[in-house]
Amino acid sequence: MSEWEPKIVAFLCNWCSYGAADLAGVSRLQYPANIRVIRVPCSGRINPKFILAALRHGADGVWVSGCHPGDCHYIEGNYYARRKFALLKSLLEHTGIDPRRLHFSWISSAEASKFAQVAREVVETVRAAGPSRHFIKTLPQGEAAWGQATAELQAEVV
Amino acid sequence: MHAYTEKIRDAARRLLAEKKVDGVIGFRRGTLPLMNEPVFVRHVDHVDQLIWDGNCGINLANYLTKRKDRVAVVAKGCDSRNIVVHIQENQITRDQLHILGVPCQGMLDRKGILRALNGREPLEVEETDSQVRVSGEGFQEVFARREVLQDNCKICIHRNPVIYDELLGEMVEEPTDVDRYEDVRRLESLSVEERWNHFEELIASCIRCYACRNACPQCYCPTCFVDESRPQWVGKSLDPTDTRTFHLLRAYHMAGRCTDCGACERACPMNIKVRQFTKKLEKDAKELFDYEVGIVLEERPPLDTYRPDDPQDFIK
Ligand code: SF4
Ligand code: SF4
Ligand code: SF4
Ligand code: FES
Repeated sequence: MSEWEPKIVAFLCNWCSYGAADLAGVSRLQYPANIRVIRVPCSGRINPKFILAALRHGADGVWVSGCHPGDCHYIEGNYYARRKFALLKSLLEHTGIDPRRLHFSWISSAEASKFAQVAREVVETVRAAGPSRHFIKTLPQGEAAWGQATAELQAEVV
Repeated sequence: MHAYTEKIRDAARRLLAEKKVDGVIGFRRGTLPLMNEPVFVRHVDHVDQLIWDGNCGINLANYLTKRKDRVAVVAKGCDSRNIVVHIQENQITRDQLHILGVPCQGMLDRKGILRALNGREPLEVEETDSQVRVSGEGFQEVFARREVLQDNCKICIHRNPVIYDELLGEMVEEPTDVDRYEDVRRLESLSVEERWNHFEELIASCIRCYACRNACPQCYCPTCFVDESRPQWVGKSLDPTDTRTFHLLRAYHMAGRCTDCGACERACPMNIKVRQFTKKLEKDAKELFDYEVGIVLEERPPLDTYRPDDPQDFIK
């Protein structure tokens, strides 16, 4: 089997970082292919639930990127987001999530090279953290055992 | 402390007789010792049910959400702060409320007392300002009141109501020498993996009954995220990842809103110290945004406002 590659879910604001990703592509700037982009209308749209959901669905890292303070298309969405993220990041780390898995940045639509550089940084940091296991469900026994237990139960019920 | 009982009844009688309110929310004796229950008194004849002692730890702000009527509510320090949050969040208006403020001496930790009794059943509980005398068949135990307070009450620094229409007793002295975050700092000093394991053990026995959510005045969403199915934010199983997700999101929803009233912990049948999640948020909100929940009615909650120069060292 090939070597493990980190999976990173990136929530990018439509008005800036998403454009930067686009521009990076058009400009043929290299950045790793480990990033799965989800386009959001504004960094203020990002609910902490999204970040947890990404981890629960197997992401090894999450990256959120929006417009620079003062440049939000909706004037102040990123200011609110910044407060939300500060508390969320701190809470997640406090309860044992590796800080290397959570990344935040401000990248305007013109900053293609910053995008490529941060992307590399994010991927390398998550790679160093290794595969994320904490939010992955594991069945208490192998699937076969489940099947057997269910069959026994059914036999009892019938 | 019991002097409050008469004052609560007097106030209730007067307010109901003068038709100033449609009802009075307070406490009456529960069916078990150490467990008072909330009561809604609508009629002068029922006023004598109302009581006050160290077993009124349930947060009465929980019964104010989206009320249409005008009510009087008995409020200790923490309830009054949750009332402030309710008003800030438009769950009720100030003029619907007649707040009967009760300076508080801390509430008794029922589960702690039961543990100390080691299986013996308490039948009678008597309280003075400094002692709690618990007796049952063939035994009597005396505890120092200070020793058997709820964890959150031991470190409470807002015992006096912050908002009220009448105060039913002398203001009590607020402790100034408590370290509210000693436990949070202890955790902060652990490694990330140790912290993960700590919280894993902390919630291992959680049965996802959601009593902690139900007891919290701030948990009033018409549909809680745990009940949402499309998309489903948290699985319904007792798998540790589901339980962890529940606790993280519940706690996060309290960011900048939790008053550390302890109602959640008090309600937990598994004795899980759920405040360990919310206290970190409380500490952060204080350090990052210099915000204390439910103190100033005119202030906006910390996540409903911003400053252009908010800390952002964590953003690239
Ligand atoms: S938290 Fe404070 S105000 Fe609330 S019951 Fe405890 S001591 Fe009283
Ligand atoms: S009250 Fe306790 S057992 Fe019930 S969901 Fe909350 S933490 Fe879990
Ligand atoms: S989370 Fe717990 S301590 Fe905080 S306000 Fe709700 S019930 Fe009170
Ligand atoms: S529009 Fe980009 S962060 Fe608000």
